[in-house]
Amino acid sequence: MATEKPELLDTPESDEPMIINMGPQHPSTHGVLRVRLQLDGERVVHAEPVIGYLHTGFEKTAESLTYQQCNTITDRLDYLAPMTNNLAYVLAVEKLLNVEVPKRAQYIRVLFAELTRVASHLVWLGTHVMDLGAMSLFFYTMREREVILDLIEAASGVRMNPSYFRIGGLAYDLPDGFHEKVQAFIKDFPRWMKTYRHMFDGNPLINERLQGIAILTQEDALALSVTGPNLRATGIPLDLRKVEPYSSYEDFDFNVPLRTESDAYARFWVRIDEMYESMKIIEQAILKIEPKGEYTTSDRKVSLPPRDEIYGNMEALIHQFKLVTQGFEVPPGEVYQAVEGPRGEMGFYIVSDGGSKPYRWRARTPSFYNLQSMPVMCKGGLVADVITAIGSIDIMLGDVDK
Amino acid sequence: MNRNDPEILERLTSRFPEEFTKVDSIDQPTIVTSIDTMISLMQYVRDEENYRICLDVLVVDYLPDRPRFELVYHLYNPWKYARLRVKVRVKINEKVPSVTSIWPGANWPEREAYDLFGIQFEGHPDLRRIYLPDDWDGHPLRKDYPLTGTRVD
Repeated sequence: MATEKPELLDTPESDEPMIINMGPQHPSTHGVLRVRLQLDGERVVHAEPVIGYLHTGFEKTAESLTYQQCNTITDRLDYLAPMTNNLAYVLAVEKLLNVEVPKRAQYIRVLFAELTRVASHLVWLGTHVMDLGAMSLFFYTMREREVILDLIEAASGVRMNPSYFRIGGLAYDLPDGFHEKVQAFIKDFPRWMKTYRHMFDGNPLINERLQGIAILTQEDALALSVTGPNLRATGIPLDLRKVEPYSSYEDFDFNVPLRTESDAYARFWVRIDEMYESMKIIEQAILKIEPKGEYTTSDRKVSLPPRDEIYGNMEALIHQFKLVTQGFEVPPGEVYQAVEGPRGEMGFYIVSDGGSKPYRWRARTPSFYNLQSMPVMCKGGLVADVITAIGSIDIMLGDVDK
Repeated sequence: MNRNDPEILERLTSRFPEEFTKVDSIDQPTIVTSIDTMISLMQYVRDEENYRICLDVLVVDYLPDRPRFELVYHLYNPWKYARLRVKVRVKINEKVPSVTSIWPGANWPEREAYDLFGIQFEGHPDLRRIYLPDDWDGHPLRKDYPLTGTRVD
């Protein structure tokens, strides 16, 4: 990379700080994060994240795709929680179009947003604890994540980048037997969590590695634009599902986990408690969703007509053709819509010039802003605690580099 | 549903009567200000109105309009859950004061704006490219950046 500094080649003098590159191939950097560390012995003088190894130019790509096609890019931003990205994007475009989404589709969106939140937190739990030295938990959490991916696959047909939410509603209706699968998942989840908690609850090794490590004060967190569980671990109860409900979150009863210690331990427990709260929402959502019903808006200018209608109705065929080849036109204007993703405020800012492609498509990805707090967390700490800090911010490099 | 604070525009009008104009928007209070007054206005919004989080700094390229670029700042009050959007129009190659002294979190988004749009921020502590290599030519998110073609040296 051209960001390589010439001083890396020089042998440092004895009293000068040593410079070490951690990554981009280091296993604990969860992808391709490179951290340039200035060390004084074992102490970190300065830690500088160097990003851009996964930059793919999504914002430029989106400008040449129709609104519905852009949905597929949002999956690839934060690929561990694709549904919350989809949700933020479709809500933004629906706000511009002023489309009403059926209540049942809104509840299904809530259900999947919470399922992906649990799946994302399971991956975080496994990898974070693995970074701290406990290998086995990773295999358990990945096994349980598979169950959630199976649910997503049952509904959307793919496991990782579903694009299940469409502008106006959903891509397809829920398949037969979906409710039973979710009920089985709800029944199994507490048992799994009990197994996991045997491994880390009160474990002195985990506590030693987390308590009082990587402190980010409330003042710093606000100043550095940190959102999500990282901000809630500093004592600010900011959860957009609660304070600015979208997609009918106001119909659900849940709590916002809050800690005040501001260290890696607090962030750890905020996420663990969040999984239980998400399960509460999933339990309520599956009861509210009828097995069959409306899953997308009846506005045929936005949403594709169903199969049987296309074969028998000329107008439906024209709508299908127009939507697939040209997409729909969005009235000129700008909109910003944010949702609470697993990592913080996931927002989309869209400027429309009245055409069928966005004029400007901006993703406010939470990990990009959260990663800025890493130098503050690492300053004065040990090299081993840099890994704790990276794990406890819960970054997703697809989200950082977009 | 949102809990924005529309009265902020009245309070801002009494404090800065001439310095900004309101813009109609469907989602949050929006104002347009100028490069000369943006820092004093934003300092007031942060200190007195408690908009303590700078959620995002982004650029829109309105080629061929003049001034060409529009900087958009999304600000957030984490106690009142209120949002505010501040816009500034910028000419090409014009220097913009950095807001990193007010919100240190604007550091990376401003570097991104420099990298992908070539906006020059004055007073930024570390204005380098963030995503692309340092020797990259041009600023890809500009509307006149070529999408296809072979590079000729």
